Amino acid sequence: MNTKISHHIYGWLLVMPAVILMGTFTHLPSVTTLISSFFSNETKKRPSIFIGAENYEYMFEDPVFVEAVMNNLWYSLGTIIPSIILAIIMALFVNSKLPGKTLVRMAYFTPTILPMIAVSNLWLFFYTPDIGLLDQIGALFGLESHNWLGDTNTVLACIIVITIWKEAGFFMIFYLAALQNISPDLKEAAALEGSSKLYFFRRITFPLLMPITLFILINATLNSFKLVDHLFILTKGGPNNASNLILYYIYEVAFSFFDFSYAATITIFLLVILAIISLAQFVFFDKRIHYR
Amino acid sequence: MKDQIRIFSIETISSWFLGIIWISPLLYAFWAAFHPQEYSTNFDLTAPIVLDNFIEAWSYAPFSRYFLNTFLIVTFILLVQFVICTLAAYAFARFEFFGNKILFYLILIQLMVVPEVLIVENYKIMSQLNLVDSIIGVGLPYVASAFGIFLLRQTFKSVPKELEEAARVEGCKIFSILMRVYVPLAKPTYLAYGLVSVSYHWNNFLWPLVITNSVETRPLTVGLAIFGAPESGVNWSIISAGTLLSVSPLLLGFILFQRQFIQSFMYAGIK
Amino acid sequence: MEHLVPNNLNRRSVMNVNKIYKNTLVLISIFLGYFSYAFGIELNMYYPVAVGGPLTKIVDGMVAEFEKQNPDVKVNAIYAGNYNDARIKALAALKSGKPAQLSVMFSIDIYELIEQDAIVPFDDLVNTYEEKAWLYSFYPTLMENGVTDGKVWGIPFQRSTIVMYYNKDIFRKSGLNPDQPPQNWNELVDYGKQIVSKNSNTWGVMIPSTGYPYWMFGALTMQNNQVLMNGDGNETYFNHPSVVEALQFWKDLGSKHNVMPSGTIEWGTLRKNFLEGKTAIMWHSTGNLTTVKKNAKFDFGVAMLPESKRRGTPTGGGNFYIFKQSSDEEKKASMRLIKFMTSPEQAAHWSMATGYMGVSPSSYQTEALRNYVKDFPPAVVARDQLNYATAELSTFQTGRVRKLLDDAIQSALTGNESPKQALEKAQKSAERLLRRYQ
Repeated sequence: MNTKISHHIYGWLLVMPAVILMGTFTHLPSVTTLISSFFSNETKKRPSIFIGAENYEYMFEDPVFVEAVMNNLWYSLGTIIPSIILAIIMALFVNSKLPGKTLVRMAYFTPTILPMIAVSNLWLFFYTPDIGLLDQIGALFGLESHNWLGDTNTVLACIIVITIWKEAGFFMIFYLAALQNISPDLKEAAALEGSSKLYFFRRITFPLLMPITLFILINATLNSFKLVDHLFILTKGGPNNASNLILYYIYEVAFSFFDFSYAATITIFLLVILAIISLAQFVFFDKRIHYR
Repeated sequence: MKDQIRIFSIETISSWFLGIIWISPLLYAFWAAFHPQEYSTNFDLTAPIVLDNFIEAWSYAPFSRYFLNTFLIVTFILLVQFVICTLAAYAFARFEFFGNKILFYLILIQLMVVPEVLIVENYKIMSQLNLVDSIIGVGLPYVASAFGIFLLRQTFKSVPKELEEAARVEGCKIFSILMRVYVPLAKPTYLAYGLVSVSYHWNNFLWPLVITNSVETRPLTVGLAIFGAPESGVNWSIISAGTLLSVSPLLLGFILFQRQFIQSFMYAGIK
Repeated sequence: MEHLVPNNLNRRSVMNVNKIYKNTLVLISIFLGYFSYAFGIELNMYYPVAVGGPLTKIVDGMVAEFEKQNPDVKVNAIYAGNYNDARIKALAALKSGKPAQLSVMFSIDIYELIEQDAIVPFDDLVNTYEEKAWLYSFYPTLMENGVTDGKVWGIPFQRSTIVMYYNKDIFRKSGLNPDQPPQNWNELVDYGKQIVSKNSNTWGVMIPSTGYPYWMFGALTMQNNQVLMNGDGNETYFNHPSVVEALQFWKDLGSKHNVMPSGTIEWGTLRKNFLEGKTAIMWHSTGNLTTVKKNAKFDFGVAMLPESKRRGTPTGGGNFYIFKQSSDEEKKASMRLIKFMTSPEQAAHWSMATGYMGVSPSSYQTEALRNYVKDFPPAVVARDQLNYATAELSTFQTGRVRKLLDDAIQSALTGNESPKQALEKAQKSAERLLRRYQ
């Protein structure tokens, strides 16, 4: 009995700092976000008043918001799938007997430790029309210069490429770890049986990579909602919002238009999306979390 | 014999090609930073190698202060994370206390609802706590890390109970059991988590941008964004020099301890 | 101390000793107060520099000079990124952290700052006749964005207009007179076509359309004899036929006449494009003048923007503002700083070092600037153009209204919508935003 009570007390005392801090900066603000989304914005001259769902009505009519959501959808699709495929390819490369393996692995992984904000300026050079690297290379092949970031049709793709570049090497690591767990015996057996590399990948490797793929899928989805640093340098969401994303728009509304309550409203939308992803995660990963 | 042929295989060539594409931004940064400005967009192999851009970049922005700030932020976050996450992880791993399951789930929420999403309200909270434009303000939303708690809990759980019992027989109290048994055994986890945390916060941008106002608190990333803001007319030579300066510590660490870095990320991810 | 000694020392000596003691304390504290005054007024000033480089050094130099002449004031210039960042950071700092007493911020932030009740009008701070005269010593056009409700809220400092930079070497190569830049829209198109046909790989003209598209557009509409908003900042004229026509012209440069790349043109990399000879003409802020002068490897000229129905450009850039929250002493010290920074000598120095304008006619009378202009005539183009200039787009909810117009411009330039559609839409949304300020 005694030890049990002390267990409760010790347990609570130990988690207390974490609970207080996390409560203050994760749970409390989530709740206050919800509350502020029902109030009008406060300026010194106009106090905040309860306005019900007006912010939400405005949000769904706001063409910029709608566009940011649609862009984000494409951004998610465009970053998640290619970076996962590339990550698998990279992992297979690096896991094979490759001359200069260490260097190649380093090259793939380097973007992970470079700050997005710094490399954005370098990418700006790649994309700049006429004098940029892409156009210089294109010119060698007689291609016309293209206004990569200034064209609403290509700008989002340009942003997506950078994100893939940033993420693929990071995801590669996890696949690499999974590949290294595949027993060499299995490979030898397959080689003896004379099965092709492709067959081996399809029947053995790929199924073994599935669980980690789910984990990465969640990770990549989450990233596609929070990775917006490069917009600050490259496009500021333009031209004409063609590269605007939800989180960037939240920043803009809050810190450029000073409309904190509308920013809160959009934040709620984002939180709902994240909640849906979380639910999916719990459905898939519940067991893993418990029994590992 | 077989290995020699491999050098020219499609696999090798494409893997190298991909590698070159992947580090090309970095290669370009080296090119632009070490050559005179007129060569920043012209690739002429005879271009002289100069250091002027570094000198200029260093004099244009208070990089030393930014370095110090980033160092302080990263250190503050890491140390507090270690303490807080260790305590909480220990509780979740070894104590059956009232509400522990629900609490654990509540904490896991942060894996999804990352602090970046809540910049607006967190900004308000920080201004109520009078912590806007302070190093602590930059770090505080991150110190209770669900990821860290989760990772350490898994590690602590794998520690055999017998070890703890042995220590208890020796008369150790709860804290000294934690310090003598669990923490030493979790060293690889701390290393892994530490490296992940340091690289994350060295590169973090959005929240520091929102919460810092002045040179005294601004980390490298925010300083670099101001320094390289395209509004001013892009000067790639100087921006590249500034970029290389600010990534150099992490990059150097990575090149020297590549193995540990990659293993750490792997380890942290697989748990 | 004589007067502190009381008359009837004997009877009430205890009390009097007390009094003496108290009075001494008062004296000491006054003395200390004076002392801390003498060493202690500290001013925080947020300052927008997009450019990380030379600009901060120039401002630092001027501030150091001020501190030398005013040893009782210490000024911390806090460089906070672009105009937007500077406003955000300065306003944020008022609430917590290191509050600023004065700042240079976007001239168009005036309504936002008034709405936030953050700034005081300069009319409340000037007393003497001389000071009132100082308020009116600047170019009136530069004051337009700083005046509303009949009061002066912003003092011009880092101010610019848009000018036309052109590459004389390319003009020569294309068979154009290098001393005769295009004077009107038609010439702009014709010259552009000639340049494009004579040079592979070189565009005729580039007008940037990211960063500050509304600003460039303000020039085109003014040239078409139409402003974008009213003086009270609560009405916009985005769908006026002349405005639509101006946007059509801008779009046509790229998509019809092919003298400019179609799509949007990046504000930040444009200067590099010009310096690399990828475009013969660029429209850009005069704030780039000194950098272009330093880096151009060819003969270049600077001219006023061409006309359609008339010449025109908006003014642009940053004004000094004083924050309400500061003490009277701090406000006085801020005034001293602002007066110093905008004095003819300093304004002249500033203009030569950057390319931004001297803000008062008297700055162009200084010997230094007179000599500079003699050697380098482009330095006065921006000033001469002031005769045709108008205020920059500035309204209530300025950030949002601006974005509406920016989006409309980009939407038309990238071919998503026709100029008319885009501008109608922007006008409608702007009306909705501004309704409650009318």
